[in-house]
Amino acid sequence: MLGKTANGLFWMYRLLERAENNARLIETGQRMALTRSSGDDQEWISILETSGMRQGYEAKHETFQKDLVIDWMLRDLDNPASVRACIEAARQNARMVRTAITHETWEATNGGYMAIKEALTRRVSERDLPNVLGLVRQRTALVRGATHGTMLRNDIYDFARLGTFLERADNTARILDTKYYVLLPTASAVGSRLDNAQWETILRSVSARGGYRMVHGNDTSARDVAQFLMLDRRFPRSLWFCVGKLQDNLGYLAADYGERRAAHDQADALCGKLSSSSIDMIFEEGLHEFIQGVIGSLYALGTQVEKDYRFYD
Amino acid sequence: MSGADKFDEMWGRNETLRAPYEAFRSWFDAEDPARLRAKQREAEDVFRLMGITFNVYGRQEAEERLIPFDIIPRILSRREWEKLSAGIEQRVRAINAFLFDIYHRREIVKAGRVPAEMISRNEAFLPHMLGVTPPGGVYTHIVGVDLVRTGDDEFYVLEDNARTPSGVSYMLENRETMLQMFPELFSKTRVQPVSNYPQLLQRSLAACAPPATTDTPRVAILTPGIYNSAYYEHSFLADQMGVELVEGHDLRVVDGRVAMRTTRGYQPIDVLYRRVDDEYLDPLNFNPESALGVPGIMDVYRAGGITIANAPGTGISDDKAIYSYMPEIVEFYTGERAILQNVPTWRCSEADALAYVLDNLAELVVKEVHGSGGYGMLIGPTSSKKELAAFRKKLKARPGNYIAQPTLSLSTVPIFTKAGLAPRHVDLRPYVMMSPDGIKITPGGLTRVALKKGSLVVNSSQGGGTKDTWVLEE
Repeated sequence: MLGKTANGLFWMYRLLERAENNARLIETGQRMALTRSSGDDQEWISILETSGMRQGYEAKHETFQKDLVIDWMLRDLDNPASVRACIEAARQNARMVRTAITHETWEATNGGYMAIKEALTRRVSERDLPNVLGLVRQRTALVRGATHGTMLRNDIYDFARLGTFLERADNTARILDTKYYVLLPTASAVGSRLDNAQWETILRSVSARGGYRMVHGNDTSARDVAQFLMLDRRFPRSLWFCVGKLQDNLGYLAADYGERRAAHDQADALCGKLSSSSIDMIFEEGLHEFIQGVIGSLYALGTQVEKDYRFYD
Repeated sequence: MSGADKFDEMWGRNETLRAPYEAFRSWFDAEDPARLRAKQREAEDVFRLMGITFNVYGRQEAEERLIPFDIIPRILSRREWEKLSAGIEQRVRAINAFLFDIYHRREIVKAGRVPAEMISRNEAFLPHMLGVTPPGGVYTHIVGVDLVRTGDDEFYVLEDNARTPSGVSYMLENRETMLQMFPELFSKTRVQPVSNYPQLLQRSLAACAPPATTDTPRVAILTPGIYNSAYYEHSFLADQMGVELVEGHDLRVVDGRVAMRTTRGYQPIDVLYRRVDDEYLDPLNFNPESALGVPGIMDVYRAGGITIANAPGTGISDDKAIYSYMPEIVEFYTGERAILQNVPTWRCSEADALAYVLDNLAELVVKEVHGSGGYGMLIGPTSSKKELAAFRKKLKARPGNYIAQPTLSLSTVPIFTKAGLAPRHVDLRPYVMMSPDGIKITPGGLTRVALKKGSLVVNSSQGGGTKDTWVLEE
């Protein structure tokens, strides 16, 4: 496979994952905004921060207003991480790797692009927002389904999966990082309504409410939320799960190519670190520092994969 | 043009249904026009979803347009096709012999059949190819011969596309779409299939592998990238042929071979089907500004390390000034009279011809010698006095840059409109593959249709559409 193609696949799936995650964040923000008692737009600042889009937003807008924040995150092409920008770039990558993906995967991607582009031509009204965000989730899920159901399990699939899980791990880690202070044991002692709302935000933003409840019941504690998002073995957005998938797919590549590269050692080290840690150890070491370490390792891993598999000249 | 001149491929000259259209007509008459209109829209949705679009130069990069597709097929009988394909094969053979000759001994010039300056002073002549024999002796691996029709048995070659003819993906997708939308039509009428074109092309290219090939020949398609107007076609062909789609920055010369950067390291390519013009192929040997090509590929080529399809320098054979010599060229190399006619052509470089053209401009079509895509041409009968005057100036300033031809009364084929069937002018581009194993021509080709009433311009960049082209089994 061409290095360029591996790169295109990696980014196509990374950007689709990013679009989906950002749509979910907007959904969370809207939900919080509608259920809280106070009338300010504080929650949106936190949402912007979580998505890593605050700086760009502040460069363009002077005040935090709900409709402006939503537009920035959803439609603004000045924001390279907006849902629209991600979907367009994902589709551009898909065109580039058209020979590597199946017809059904291409159709799901291109059809999704057309539908989402159409839905985002004009500013989205509050009334239409749930449908539009639903559309983004459904269309990205359709690509995932077509990929899962029709693509060969070869190196093409491995690079696609590496993009998906690197982005997903990064997303979960960033959400944890911007909210780490509400997860600290000292914060859980407070047990106020505000904290419950914060945990709820975190769980919703990674689609984890149902899963969490199945595992932990209705008792939300900071420790359990942190444990679930970082170390749970079954939740498909936990750090442990995503990093495990990265290790798996890199493993298939090594078997396929008959050769391990530097990225394999890095993935093994990250996996080992997560597997050998308990949540209590992590709290002891410092939650913030631990998450920062994971984000750094994920970044380094992405760069190493690029190098090992000749994404660029 | 008088009414009697008009030839419609469905209705002939006097509203009498022509034989190839009989089965189609009985099907069409029984169809509900509302259903057909819905199908027409459905076809557009299919094309859009598949991304069968082209980019328009000079517009916003995001703009991708559909080439309009008309659901009424253009139908040729088996007999019509057999004659056409014999003529095309003869012509392509002659073009190859001509290319070999002008880059070697130039017998045709010595024989006085083509003037020396037509070759050596031609912009499309590539001195780098002097004395070079491409692998397998094949210059034109893929040719698209543009034909027009004026009557039952009258076909003319409008031009030979011997560089990188495009449009074959539309030929294939048009048939695919028709098969999906009107399966019943194809079970009633036996139409010669076209779908094996990509496999044949792959085999044909592999058969031209260079001496340096050690294993199963590895073929790749070189595209200028996703913003190129024909990118869809490049990716479609790579997909269907099962070969890599590469860009210049994926390639470099490694150990005397052109190699592509893969996830496993650099791997040599044996045959490169390039969709990049000569000028951009090699910044070391040609345009140094080019980022689309591969530095040093021409040196590898000359040393037998790679096959470039089509060979560099083939442009001279489809140049519009050389075109006027095609009857002589065919005769000279095949020893036979040309089966397909040329459109009578005045070379404005010649004083007598120029004088005639200037006097009769309003009746003629004038084309740039190196132009393509329907740009820069004048259609006398439909031009205003002002346009004629402006063109007259251009002609006088650079006569050698132009040729002129009479306005042919091009055949029409009906298209499906809101008001039912309506005649529109068409042309035909069959696709020809050449290798040491022989010449193969896909039955039919791409029919382009001028969608505007009375218009003669079929180019997709200027409002033309396409049709499925049928060659009947019997």
